[in-house]
Amino acid sequence: MSYARPHAGVHPVTHHWRKITVRDLEFSSATRVENGKLLIDKGELTALLRSDPNIKDVKLAIARPGESVRIIPVKDVIEPRLSRIPDYPIFPGVLSAWDPDAGGILSGEIVSLCGMVVTTVGSIVGFQEGLIDMSGPGARYSLFSGKHHLVLDISVKEGMERHEHEKTVRLAGFKASDYIARSSLDGPLSGGSRETLINPIDPGFHGSEKSAGRKGKPKIAYLYMLQSQGLLHDTYYCGVDVKKMLPRRIVPTEVLFGAIVSGNCVSACDKNTTYHHQNNPILLELLRRHGTDWDFVGCVITNENVTLGDKQQSSTLAAELIASLFPDGVIVSKEGFGNPDADLMMNCSKIEAQGIKTVLLTDEFAGQAGASQSLVDGHPKADAIVSTGNANEVIVLPPMEKVIGDDRVITELAGGSSKCRLPDGSVAIELQALIGSTNQLGFERMSSRFK
Amino acid sequence: MGDASRNREYRIVHYVNQFFGGVGGEEKANCEPFTIQGPQGPGRLLEKLFREEKADVEIVATVVCGDSYFAENQENVLRELIPVIREYHPDLVVAGPAFNAGRYGMACGAICSSLQPLGIPAITAMYKENPGLDPYRKTVLIVESANIVSGMEEAIRKMVRLGIKILRGEEIEFPKAEGCFEQGIRKNYFHAEPAVGRAIAMLLRKINGDPFETEYPIPFFDRVDPQPAIADLKGITVALVTSGGIVPTGNPDHIESSSASKYGKYPLEGLETLNSRTHQSAHGGYDNTYANDDPNRVLPIDMMRELEKELGFKPHPWYYATVGNGTSVDNAQKFAKEIAVEMIRDGVQAVILTST
Repeated sequence: MSYARPHAGVHPVTHHWRKITVRDLEFSSATRVENGKLLIDKGELTALLRSDPNIKDVKLAIARPGESVRIIPVKDVIEPRLSRIPDYPIFPGVLSAWDPDAGGILSGEIVSLCGMVVTTVGSIVGFQEGLIDMSGPGARYSLFSGKHHLVLDISVKEGMERHEHEKTVRLAGFKASDYIARSSLDGPLSGGSRETLINPIDPGFHGSEKSAGRKGKPKIAYLYMLQSQGLLHDTYYCGVDVKKMLPRRIVPTEVLFGAIVSGNCVSACDKNTTYHHQNNPILLELLRRHGTDWDFVGCVITNENVTLGDKQQSSTLAAELIASLFPDGVIVSKEGFGNPDADLMMNCSKIEAQGIKTVLLTDEFAGQAGASQSLVDGHPKADAIVSTGNANEVIVLPPMEKVIGDDRVITELAGGSSKCRLPDGSVAIELQALIGSTNQLGFERMSSRFK
Repeated sequence: MGDASRNREYRIVHYVNQFFGGVGGEEKANCEPFTIQGPQGPGRLLEKLFREEKADVEIVATVVCGDSYFAENQENVLRELIPVIREYHPDLVVAGPAFNAGRYGMACGAICSSLQPLGIPAITAMYKENPGLDPYRKTVLIVESANIVSGMEEAIRKMVRLGIKILRGEEIEFPKAEGCFEQGIRKNYFHAEPAVGRAIAMLLRKINGDPFETEYPIPFFDRVDPQPAIADLKGITVALVTSGGIVPTGNPDHIESSSASKYGKYPLEGLETLNSRTHQSAHGGYDNTYANDDPNRVLPIDMMRELEKELGFKPHPWYYATVGNGTSVDNAQKFAKEIAVEMIRDGVQAVILTST
């Protein structure tokens, strides 16, 4: 990692984040924000999305917190944002070419629309996308139940191959989000809140291990694991499929700009949507108290590939990169479950072997009764784990008055079953099927313990 | 004796051993079960402390049995005592405390465990090393007590607090919070703080060397060292076992497609190969299209037949199959123990275990 960055030295990359809160959505003649309401030109947005020859039809719908609405099957959730930094686009490498290492990340301002999200649904690609309930018992498990949704219900041309289908839907979400942001935020803005986030300076550029710590504060690093197991299990960094990437450092606030995006979802409960990456609470919390309560020394991203050799290589490189930041401790967040448990344990044991303390964030798959072993792998050094809940636990969701998308697929969701429909119209389904319910970046409050 | 009239709001039946039932010590451990009207021994303290806590209870009967007698005749004693206890229409059954008395702990656990399915709430108390703990902790609420009788009052106070909640119909979601042993079952709850804050706080404690409590203790993994290869298979009996769910067509034992509660044992004698008409996969955790097309892909009988001629081993005429999909480690261990005992009895010397 010897590439030069202009920020290497004493001036850390600094981003000013302005948040414009939206309290309602409505279809209207021109897309804009007016009195806290986002007005959306349905015709213009639909035409933009249908300019992709792969897309046959897009239906737009609005869902609000507290409504009796179920959105299903959800593929991705995205927060519209606008970069005010010339030549540094939103979704770098995805909607336009971008090399994060040529020229480096520049300081400047980013604006986001808060309180609303763009949510993509559509005919199912795989078997394992999830749902969002806007009210009822399911609403307690996902932050998305508290957002206003602009839902894109996307149909693709018939006979489309599955990977192409997934990509089409993925890109449509980013285009719509970018359109909303450019149409509503690219002008003089009033109100909103502001926050300044100052990135750490890479200790590699800054001097030795001894100079890295400030006034005896604990030095904390973050290892950000990204799911990369194939169709609907993928993640992209600056447009690059992370299964083809080696572990690397990133500038933490790159995520605000959409540098990491989701390749749509598999197991809905613990696949990070693009929104989750844009708002990664571990990165934000480490940045916010950086310099006061601790020294945040940097972030390394790594993948979760399917072969043993890849797992061994990525965990070795990730541990070396983490060690190069000279932290006292590191937060490790997992994405997905099953074989990523092995990546998690390899990362943990190899980092601990360097004398660096670890805390791991993971969800559990302990069976519907909670009686089985929660993870498929373990290591004696994994002695500090934060649990984001048992995704197998069953919840009964009452019927909603309105369905956006197609709820016939509910029996096919991971966590659903052919017997999950109850006579009164409710569904008894594992929490697995609820988007973000056991998110491993730490958004939610659910946990699990022994009874 | 089955009088269900109510002098008090709640009716309790108390189970004790021969010692606490006033019969005698170890020399009376063979005492047969009998019933006394009203409280006896620690039952008096139990009733008193319930009432002190404003719970209007009456111990309607005390059931007594010698520890050795119970241990040696458990099935018969339960068959006799459970209907007797039921006839008192108790709102709650309290057994013990058993402290560190092993046979007494086993009896308390067995009685409580037999009553739960009948809808009769039952609680007991024992010491953490009592052998009655492990077999019953998953199904019975067991209050943690001291190892000796001097801990009687403390144990009874804890049982009373728990008992009152049960009598009032409160759900005991987390037994540990009520002074009970954990049941070892994972249960979700909402923490006051999002996971991100908990993770950072835990890391700071770990860095500072302060005590911290993991939210998921990594279980003890029962790792088995691979045995050295068998140099010469000539004359050795080799068996096939699979967790890939290959069963005779129709799945005669109804092995579940996920979270299996059983395994099957099926004949191989005279079978040269498997095909889609004779066998199928009962497994729901993988795309079993290809296993159904050719079950040898998961249970390789065809290769076994070839190799047995080449290498001269003796095939075991039975194979064992279950479904590994989401099946709890507890069940898997139970299956393995039973299968191993049978195979050793039948002279099996090597096993090929296939999974998916």
